[in-house]
Amino acid sequence: MKLSSVRTKILLLCMTAMFISACQTGSDEIIEDSTTIDGVEQAQLGGSEVSAEGITDLTALEDGSDSSAIAFDDEALVKAESPQAMLDKADSNIANRVIYFEYDSAKISDDSLSMIEAHGNFIASNGNVSARLEGNTDERGTREHNIALGDRRAQSVRRLLMFQGASADQLETISYGEERPAVTGHTEDAWAKNRRVEIVYEVN
Amino acid sequence: MNKLVKILISLPLLMFVFSSLNAALTIEITEGTEGALPIAVVPFDTSKVASKLVADIAQIVSNDLNRSGVLTVLSRKLIPAKPHYSQQVDYPLWRSAEQDYLVVGRILEKSAGQFEIQFQLLDVLKQKQLIGYSLQSSKRELRASAHKISDLIYEKITGVRGAFNTRIAYIRAQQNQGRKYVLQVADTDGFNTQTVLESDEPLMSPSWSPDGESLAYVSFENRRPEIFIQHLSTAKRIKISGFKGVNSAPSWSPNGDFLALVLSKDGDPDIYLMHIETKRLTRLTRHRGIDTEPVWSSNGQSIIFTSDRGGSPQIYEVSATGGKPRRITFEGGYNAAASVSSDGKHIAFVYGDEGQYKIAQLELGTGNLIMLTNSSLDESPSFSPNGKMVLYASTRGDNSVLYAVSVDGRGKHKLSDQSGDIREPAWGPYNLKQ
Repeated sequence: MKLSSVRTKILLLCMTAMFISACQTGSDEIIEDSTTIDGVEQAQLGGSEVSAEGITDLTALEDGSDSSAIAFDDEALVKAESPQAMLDKADSNIANRVIYFEYDSAKISDDSLSMIEAHGNFIASNGNVSARLEGNTDERGTREHNIALGDRRAQSVRRLLMFQGASADQLETISYGEERPAVTGHTEDAWAKNRRVEIVYEVN
Repeated sequence: MNKLVKILISLPLLMFVFSSLNAALTIEITEGTEGALPIAVVPFDTSKVASKLVADIAQIVSNDLNRSGVLTVLSRKLIPAKPHYSQQVDYPLWRSAEQDYLVVGRILEKSAGQFEIQFQLLDVLKQKQLIGYSLQSSKRELRASAHKISDLIYEKITGVRGAFNTRIAYIRAQQNQGRKYVLQVADTDGFNTQTVLESDEPLMSPSWSPDGESLAYVSFENRRPEIFIQHLSTAKRIKISGFKGVNSAPSWSPNGDFLALVLSKDGDPDIYLMHIETKRLTRLTRHRGIDTEPVWSSNGQSIIFTSDRGGSPQIYEVSATGGKPRRITFEGGYNAAASVSSDGKHIAFVYGDEGQYKIAQLELGTGNLIMLTNSSLDESPSFSPNGKMVLYASTRGDNSVLYAVSVDGRGKHKLSDQSGDIREPAWGPYNLKQ
């Protein structure tokens, strides 16, 4: 039962993505709402390797062949607990609040989907909770470009959270670009840790 | 009064410092001066000065001229004589020292702390004076007066206005004992550093007003990016832009009336113009890609910006009244962050190739592209107001420092700070008060 509801959500997500991409094929410019949910629209526009990946991922999800990505569980939302208590728990499915990204990409990886879904459910079920989505980038590329890229990353996460039922007024997106690295250093490893969106909660 | 002034704010976590500090950036000439013209600057006569002088005028002038890459100053140790007036000059002596030009001067104390600096620039070959000036200077203005002398000498010899008596703005970031971000201005030789703003949250993107009196910048002090305009001598400031989403990359129009800026309030990051007095916004670009880093053409008729609309970041130009952007960089897969020379003929920008980011210069009329730097992580180029130097930030090892390179490739020097990274340099306009 639960699994099927999850599957429905993912199917819906896929369909939405397909719909967006279908809409975009007709126009080559001026598309307002365009942050990548899953790479499909990139396939339509750019045809890069990122997009090919995106399509495969979706297919996998549709087939249900990659059920490991569907790790979230409504049961984890124990209503009896206060939002603050849930946030304070070290082992909950919302304990991890950092979503990582590929270089110069705002695409949410499959590995992060379940985690974001858990956060989305949590926010949706707790109207007094608000979340700041802080987008960050690695140091490569110009600072101003990275401000924009961090914004896109935060927007990607925001879209998924809203898809789970979080309302717009619970969510705030901020981009710090490359200005607040999680770790210093100029290595691939440091860069990977810096390309991230951090979910920062506030209980009102 | 008007609305802008009413919104004036100040917050306790921010520090404004008015006083000029003596702390200086360290400056080091890193690349040679081959083909530079030889000039000797004799230490000025200070025998008629009673007060202790805080500045060695001849040394400041020498350092300025050496940094230009156009002139090479004879080391003091090798100076064959110490004349202070043109009449005292033994020209053949300076000829045999292989000098083309000679500067002599003297400082008079008119009253306590009030000085008159007289100097002459002499042509050693023609054995005649090229220029001679007398400057009045308070004790506090002595360094600025020295830079004015450098400007006059440079202009006489090269025919190009000097830009030594100007200032630079930059961001200093300290990572130890918690993060700290400092917006500073300094003289072009790294002296007279002055803190404009200090914050625990990021500061970014300083842009000079055309009169050199104010800076626009981005501050995250309210935990979100907002654009402020701050008057330097009074520290009065206003928040000019705090829309939802991105508020970034302010750039002051040449007439001082507008800011170009980047906002994402309507979806994707796009270029807008804001009329500063009324805060009225005009949207200039409308594209799903990232449009950012707007700068004004020298005549204020168009905006040059970076966009990844074509797949990778490239530089585009759009009329300040709107319309279809025109792409202006084609070579290389990554071109971003343009600065426009004051004559409007060149842009300097970040040229990326195979993970290496260098500063390049493009001649707009001919499409002629040259590399100004040869390192791997350079960013934020900014032309000097005479278009002869480009200031930029370079990451070397763990530190970001500033470099200035002459556009003919003849001179290069480094500005660094022992206590942190310095980056995002912006070279200010000519000093209008001189």
